[in-house]
Amino acid sequence: MSGGYDLAVVGAGPAGVAGALSACLAGLDVVLIDGAPRPGGQYFRHLPEGFHATRQETLHHGLGRFARQWETLTSRAAVLLGHRVWAVEDTGDGFAVRCLEGDREERPRTVTARRLLLATGAHDRPLPFPGWDLPGVLTAGGAQALLKGDLVVAGDRVVVAGTGPFLLPVAAGLARAGADVRGVYEANGRLGLARHPLLAAGRAAEALGYGVSLAGHRVPYLGRHAVIEAHGRDALTHVTVARLDARWRPLATRTVECDTLACGYGFVPQIELPVQLGCLTRQEADGTPVVAVDAGMRTSVSGVYAAGETTGVGGALLAEAEGRVAGRAAAADLGRRVPPLPALSRRVARLSAFARALARAYPVRPGWQGWLREDTLICRCEEVPLSAVREARSLGARDARAVKLLARPGMGWCQGRMCGHAVAALAGDGPEPPRRPIAQPVRLGDLANPPPATP
Amino acid sequence: MRPEDRGRPYDLVGARPEAEFEISVDGVPVPVVPGQTVGAALHGAGVRSWRLTRREGRPRGLFCGIGVCFDCLVTVNGVPSLRACLTEARPGDRITTGEGDR
Repeated sequence: MSGGYDLAVVGAGPAGVAGALSACLAGLDVVLIDGAPRPGGQYFRHLPEGFHATRQETLHHGLGRFARQWETLTSRAAVLLGHRVWAVEDTGDGFAVRCLEGDREERPRTVTARRLLLATGAHDRPLPFPGWDLPGVLTAGGAQALLKGDLVVAGDRVVVAGTGPFLLPVAAGLARAGADVRGVYEANGRLGLARHPLLAAGRAAEALGYGVSLAGHRVPYLGRHAVIEAHGRDALTHVTVARLDARWRPLATRTVECDTLACGYGFVPQIELPVQLGCLTRQEADGTPVVAVDAGMRTSVSGVYAAGETTGVGGALLAEAEGRVAGRAAAADLGRRVPPLPALSRRVARLSAFARALARAYPVRPGWQGWLREDTLICRCEEVPLSAVREARSLGARDARAVKLLARPGMGWCQGRMCGHAVAALAGDGPEPPRRPIAQPVRLGDLANPPPATP
Repeated sequence: MRPEDRGRPYDLVGARPEAEFEISVDGVPVPVVPGQTVGAALHGAGVRSWRLTRREGRPRGLFCGIGVCFDCLVTVNGVPSLRACLTEARPGDRITTGEGDR
């Protein structure tokens, strides 16, 4: 394709940047595209220049390494920040990446490349509970994004709840930034990390650092506890915290006053773009759909690679290693000489095993469905209560799609991104791969007249 | 947050922010550090909700904070349905809210 790049990488997080850099170093002409105005993805979300922060690394773990990769990359590759990708197409001799440039002007732009690396990351996986749509209830990632990206502390008195190791850096960051963190409530066992020798070996120092930070701020960190209800008239005033049994059924409850709740139950990989191209998916142990890849991070569609959370949630270290593998594979597949690097393959294998052990230690257990009431909203956008989902099920709906057609959960603005996991579970089904031919909102005029490729 | 803790996030990262500018939110001035999003500026100013849902009139503001949930929609200088959490504020922006998601 004339004027196109060798490789287009979508996503400027750890996977995309490492992938783009590896491909550059192996001799490819690379373009990196991301919707955000600054690099880093969610994990390494950067502050705006306007803050002139002299030690941004205090909000991050491993930022220095990422920053060095980014600096090298920008001297060798084309970088398109502030470009939201809403569709990717196979053009026969390559790929067309349809973007909207700018956060409000939305100028359409099309980028073409012979190969495509999709590293689009993940977003929080919330669970519904009574009051979860009250203002002041945020996802854990949302609270983290406010701090890392805008230097705004999400609240004065904050409760952190959900499951998984991500709750710790969120709570530690908020406490160090001046919030009164009233408690961290981990629905699984608090010792999930330490019980796994593999985990203890891999990331003990990092986990210990967060633990010390929380202890220093006298933040209670309790396992087998969850926030099962949020209260307030127009905004959050307090939450009900429950001690849970092994299946997450409440055993005893108490009230904790707070103005902010940061809540997260794991992550949902964003795989709209690979699904648009027809890339095969597979299911994680907990049913989460992810992109299926080979040892070179090649998807089932020739010329398309995927890395990072899109191929299974595993954190920034694994994402970076996978990105390097993908960038090197893309270069090798285009005929560049790429020396073997067995240590990198071993690193991916080791970190993948770590990710699988984490997923086993921090699953979503079925008792959360007992926290719901008939009038609890399941779908925030279309305001679909549990009673409507149950009615659809009584009418014979046995999967998320059938429930959606009968009761409309997942048909609103977010297209099921927030409620998809819950709706599937309530339907007695696992989550399906997302079929969203348009991955970002796009004006009808831009849809009708996609622009020609521009260099 | 105690008044003496207000500067904590700035101290944490050694920030020396540029002068704030103002945007107007339903006619009320809200301060912005250059580069902040409309959503972050509102949340940071203590505004927790700025939209009512179309069926039950429930208040909504930031939820996911990263452009996925669409709860934080605002109108910016007459352009409707923009995600406040993704839209970088510019000096003089006129934000209007509460129009529902019709």
